[in-house]
Amino acid sequence: MISTPRKVACVEIGGIPIALSTCDEGFLDLLRQRYDGFLSSSRPEFELEFDLTSTGPVSDDDVRVRREGDEWLIKRGDFHARWDPRTGRGSVRQNANPYSLDSVLRILHSLILAERGGFLLHAASAVCDGRAYLFSGVSGAGKTTMTRLAPADITLLTDEISYLRPSAEGYSAFGTPFAGELARAGENCTAPVAALFFLEQGPENRVDELSSAEAVRRLMRNILFFAEDQGLVEKLLATACEFVARVPIRRLTFYPDGRVWDEVRNFARNFAGNLQEVPEHA
Amino acid sequence: MPETCIYIARSSAIAARALAGEMMVMNSADSTFFTLNEVATVIFQAADGHTPLREIVRDRVCEQFDIDPEQAQADAEQFVSELSGHGILLVSNQPLASETP
Repeated sequence: MISTPRKVACVEIGGIPIALSTCDEGFLDLLRQRYDGFLSSSRPEFELEFDLTSTGPVSDDDVRVRREGDEWLIKRGDFHARWDPRTGRGSVRQNANPYSLDSVLRILHSLILAERGGFLLHAASAVCDGRAYLFSGVSGAGKTTMTRLAPADITLLTDEISYLRPSAEGYSAFGTPFAGELARAGENCTAPVAALFFLEQGPENRVDELSSAEAVRRLMRNILFFAEDQGLVEKLLATACEFVARVPIRRLTFYPDGRVWDEVRNFARNFAGNLQEVPEHA
Repeated sequence: MPETCIYIARSSAIAARALAGEMMVMNSADSTFFTLNEVATVIFQAADGHTPLREIVRDRVCEQFDIDPEQAQADAEQFVSELSGHGILLVSNQPLASETP
C-alpha cells in the first residue's frame, strides 16, 4: 500500500520554526493563507503531523495539557495532539478549521517557551520608536482599542496574544498571526520590550506604579498556560518574577482616543530620561 | 482537656516565590494564585509539618511582629483554613511529612 505523500509548510513564530505537514491539499492551503507572513524557509526545530477528522465546530470544552511518559498530551473536543519534546515531533488529529489549528500552535508554543523562560501573554503589542509596548487586561479592557488608536508609525505585533522571549537586554516581543477582534495578523518582526501596561478605561489618561507583587499577580492572570505540570508551573512563576524585575510594568488608565499614545510616548521619554532615578518596582 | 495541636505542611503541588518581601504562591493543579503578606509568609515558611501552629505563632509571628498573641493565633487559624481549602497547605492534628524540601 502506498501512503499519500505529506506536504509541509514551515511556520516560524517567535523565531521558532515548526514544520506542519498534512496529506490534505485544502488544509495545506489553509495553513499557508492563515500564516502568510510567518512562512519560513528555516530549518524546522519541531515537526507536527496533522491528520484531519470530519469537519466540526470548535469545542468550548476546556483544554487539557498533561504529560504521559515523555510526551505531552493535548486534548480538547475538536483536537487531540501528542508531542514529544525530546524528539521535537508530534501529531495532531483535528477538525479542518483554523481556530483549532491556532489553538494547537499556541499551546505548543506555550510549552516550548515555558522551558526557555518566555511566555505568551493575553496582550496587544506594538512597536513604537523601535521598542515594543505591551497592553494587557481582561476582555474589554481595551487591547484592540489601543491598536485601533495607534498612529500610522506604530507597527502592530498583535492585538490579542503577545509573544515574549528573554534576551540579552531584557525581553523581546515578537509579532504573531494570532488575531483578536481586529482580525488582522501582526507584523512578523521583533523589538526589545520597553514596558507592559495593564489597561483600564477611565475619564483621563494616566500612568500609575504597581507593586512587584501586584505586577506578578496581574501578569500570572494573563499568561497563557495550560499544562498541568508542577515543574513548568514553578518555571513559569520564576519567569514572571524575572520579567517583573526587568521590565517596567504600570497601570495605564486611558480615555479611548488617540491622545493615549502621547501618554505612552511620554512615559517612554520620561522613563528613559530618568532611568537612573526611577526605582524598580517597590 | 488537652489543647489540640494543629500541624501544617506546604503542599507539593504548589510553586512559591518571594519577591519584595511578599510570598507569591501558585497552585499548579488549578492555577489559583495567592499573594501572602509578611505575617502569612512567616507562617507559610514555617509550615514544616512537625512544628505545631501554636508554636509557630508564639515563636515566629509574635517574636517578629507587634501583635496580640490571641489575635495572632485566631488570624493564623483562619489563614491556615483558607489556604488548606485551596490545597496550598495540608493540615492535621498529627505531625505531617512536609511535601516540599
